[in-house]
Amino acid sequence: MTPKIQLIDVHKSFGRKTVLDGVTVDIAPAESFVIIGGSGTGKSVTLKCILGLMRPERGSIKVDGEEMVGMRPRDRERVLTKFGMLFQGSALFDSLPVWENVAFGLIQGRRMDRRAARDKAMEKLAQVGLGADVGDLSPSELSGGMQKRVALARAIATEPEIIFFDEPTTGLDPIMADVINNLIVKCVKELGATAVSITHDMHSARKISDRMAMLYRGKLIWVGATGEVDKADNAYVDQFIHGRAEGPIKMEIRG
Amino acid sequence: MNLLAAIGRVFLGFLQYTGRLTVFTGVALSHCIRPPVYFRLIARQMLEIGYFSLPVVGLTAIFTGMVLALQSHTGFARFSAEGAVATVVVISMTRELGPVLAGLMVAGRIGAAMAAEIGTMRVTEQVDALVTLATNPYKYLVAPRIIAGLLMLPCLVLVADIIGVFGGFLVGTYQLGYNPATYIHSSWEYLKPIDVISGLVKASAFGFIISLMGCYNGYNSRGGAQGVGQATTNAVVSASILILTSNYILTALFFNK
Repeated sequence: MTPKIQLIDVHKSFGRKTVLDGVTVDIAPAESFVIIGGSGTGKSVTLKCILGLMRPERGSIKVDGEEMVGMRPRDRERVLTKFGMLFQGSALFDSLPVWENVAFGLIQGRRMDRRAARDKAMEKLAQVGLGADVGDLSPSELSGGMQKRVALARAIATEPEIIFFDEPTTGLDPIMADVINNLIVKCVKELGATAVSITHDMHSARKISDRMAMLYRGKLIWVGATGEVDKADNAYVDQFIHGRAEGPIKMEIRG
Repeated sequence: MNLLAAIGRVFLGFLQYTGRLTVFTGVALSHCIRPPVYFRLIARQMLEIGYFSLPVVGLTAIFTGMVLALQSHTGFARFSAEGAVATVVVISMTRELGPVLAGLMVAGRIGAAMAAEIGTMRVTEQVDALVTLATNPYKYLVAPRIIAGLLMLPCLVLVADIIGVFGGFLVGTYQLGYNPATYIHSSWEYLKPIDVISGLVKASAFGFIISLMGCYNGYNSRGGAQGVGQATTNAVVSASILILTSNYILTALFFNK
């Protein structure tokens, strides 16, 4: 079976700093894959390389067997219609009301009529537990948790085949974080989508993933089923999942 | 040796900046002429650049016209050429002061706003969000602003010309004692279509420069609030310098015979 997403020996650096150092992984269709790792280990860069927001120096990235590295912009736009993404800071367009944020991909990407798109947006807002009254508000009028829900509604509005979640629970209180986790699990299951999430929140990672990988110094040092992470015979993984200051991972003071 | 290295670094930096700006301009222009065209966004930008800039451009124009009449009157009175005041005001306004002052005022108002808006979108990942929603940021953010700048600056300059000439008329007739009919006649008699047309062509070029520099600096801003602040400053400074430089080049092309 063709992997939904395939990364082969992906390298990316910024100046002298190597961020991705030969990342290789296959992600199967309808799988929920989570990349864990500390801050600055290259998790976000991995997602940005897959989306074409950054170009790796070396390696291959395939989506449904199509090579993304060096793809023509018009072809990339076509492939990107398969994607939805929940950004860490929600990244809602503050010049647009909430409903138009949710309907953005339908109106701009799918050329849907504005009225039909608005109805669909309201439906998606209801799906993430937000009432129709929220639709006409500006994103700046919402709390962080509500903004995350709107961002989730926007990510799933076009019913994408692949959804990326960038630190979905960062900055939320534990209850709201769990609400978002439940919504992610529900939405991904309902859509039958392939999900790739990056997080350093282990509670969230365990809850939303089928399979996990740990990124450390630009390499995937461990990949396995979620249930196996506690039994992983890897000192780095063990230190990270238990959140210990002592161990082989040393916090870098300088980048 | 260090001095040479520093000069080399500055020169290479300049070449890099020019190259990036050229590529950005090429991509932006290609998106201006290729479908789909976002009419709603263009209209919104036209309103922002044109309608909402009217007060500031109008005020600048009226006081400039008034000062021009006053200064040229006191100057020309030294060799009894007061009769040329109306002509000087109308030609100065249409050829130079209308487009240049409107351009500089709009660069401060709109160029800064564009850089700040797009820059904030860049640092809060809203530009990346556009890409993930299969929307090209050049087409959605840059092209409407460039089209609106190209179209609206000539309209603003036409209004500035009229208001500026009217300012000169007010000072000339009420303060300096010119006959209103003679003043209007002198204004019309020596005004040629090329005086107005050259000003409008300049305005279009300035509109393009303002939008381009606002979008370019905003789009390439990095590093949070400080980066956005820097982008805003760069947008206004670079647009102002380019307006003054291109004004000389366009004047030379139109009138240097």
